[in-house]
Amino acid sequence: MTETGDFIRRDRGRHPPAFTPGYKTSVLRSPKCALVSLEQGPGEKAGPVFPRSMLAPLDNDLIRNFGTGGEAIGERIVVHGRVLDECGRPVRNTLIEVWQANAGGRYRHKNDGYLAPLDPNFGGSGRCMTDDEGRYFFRTIRPGPYPWRNNGSDWRPAHIHFSLFGEAFVQRLISQFYFEGDPLIAKCPIVNTIPDPAAREALIARLDLAQQMPFDALAYRFDIVLRGRRQTFFENL
Amino acid sequence: MPVEYLKETPSQTGGPYVHIGTMPAVAGLPVRSQETLSVLAGATTPGERIRIEGVVWDGSGHPVKDALVELWQADSTGSHHAEGFSGFGRAAADFATGEWSFETVKPGSLPWRDGRPQAPHVSILIFARGINIHLHTRMYFADESAANAEDPVLRSIEQVGRRATLVAERTRKNGVPTYRFDIRLQGDAETVFFDM
Repeated sequence: MTETGDFIRRDRGRHPPAFTPGYKTSVLRSPKCALVSLEQGPGEKAGPVFPRSMLAPLDNDLIRNFGTGGEAIGERIVVHGRVLDECGRPVRNTLIEVWQANAGGRYRHKNDGYLAPLDPNFGGSGRCMTDDEGRYFFRTIRPGPYPWRNNGSDWRPAHIHFSLFGEAFVQRLISQFYFEGDPLIAKCPIVNTIPDPAAREALIARLDLAQQMPFDALAYRFDIVLRGRRQTFFENL
Repeated sequence: MPVEYLKETPSQTGGPYVHIGTMPAVAGLPVRSQETLSVLAGATTPGERIRIEGVVWDGSGHPVKDALVELWQADSTGSHHAEGFSGFGRAAADFATGEWSFETVKPGSLPWRDGRPQAPHVSILIFARGINIHLHTRMYFADESAANAEDPVLRSIEQVGRRATLVAERTRKNGVPTYRFDIRLQGDAETVFFDM
């Protein structure tokens, strides 16, 4: 039977609030009014469906999916994990999009003017879909940290941006994950927009030596949790 | 002890280079340039072809030029997942002006939880640098004023005067019915954002 229940309410205390002055850009881009809380309608409990056929063979291989046939320079890594909902159910066939800077912290984006050079064989854009058990993986190079204009020159820890849809519009999520042991994580005003230390920890990918590709690539494990769906005990009309 | 569930992965801002992963052609990458995500409808899509356009404005009245706007809507009959119409779109603000737009069809009415009709609307998410967790809003159509007056979601907004921030005026642009939807993140006439 298809579940039609509502999605569990988003715990806004686990997410960063909109207004976080330590991250300066949020000051003018955060609503002053409270969000209006509403029940979910049928439109919010549905969401876009992407066909697996949209994926090209190298979409999840950022070492090889850009450039002239050569490989990207940097620390070769595999990132893998599972996407589960809050009830522990695998989120199947959902699109994961990732984007990142190259090994030197430079983005291949027309607006990035950082002096670190571009890598002719690195684009920094990838995507994959979860399998029937919610598993995903992609291969890339570990991104470098980079400076940004916040408090003078702040430095972002190495991070990879990621985006998920789940099966409903209310599960939509964009975030960033970081790498175990990076001393810049604790200093980052964007990481620290999240008030709860345990929630910040949930964004750190763990070194996974067992899943390394020997003499080729290190591995990191990063699991993702989307909002869960309630069971429908009674129709609440 | 209350029952423990897994906890949702916390949100972080999409950052200034969100296009690399979501609309690489906009970032200047020559990959997936065939994907025109801001065009939902073609010549054969049933329904009235419309254009939706706007700017996301910050609290100082300046355009947010690095915004990513996502749209989710029913088809012209009020159904999701209709054959040949994904209902999903993505548009990037213009790096110079902040203008974004979609080409789509006007959605039909979708029922609310209790079976009451909702007024035709599109759901909109906003991602950008400085936005820690995406903002969720809805755009309604000014030429549906009777339906809007009965819409259960609009009526849930306590401050009656704020409801108008979700209603887009209809104009014509190059012969195409066009709805202008300016989103104000903060300050006077701040757009209503939802937690659903």
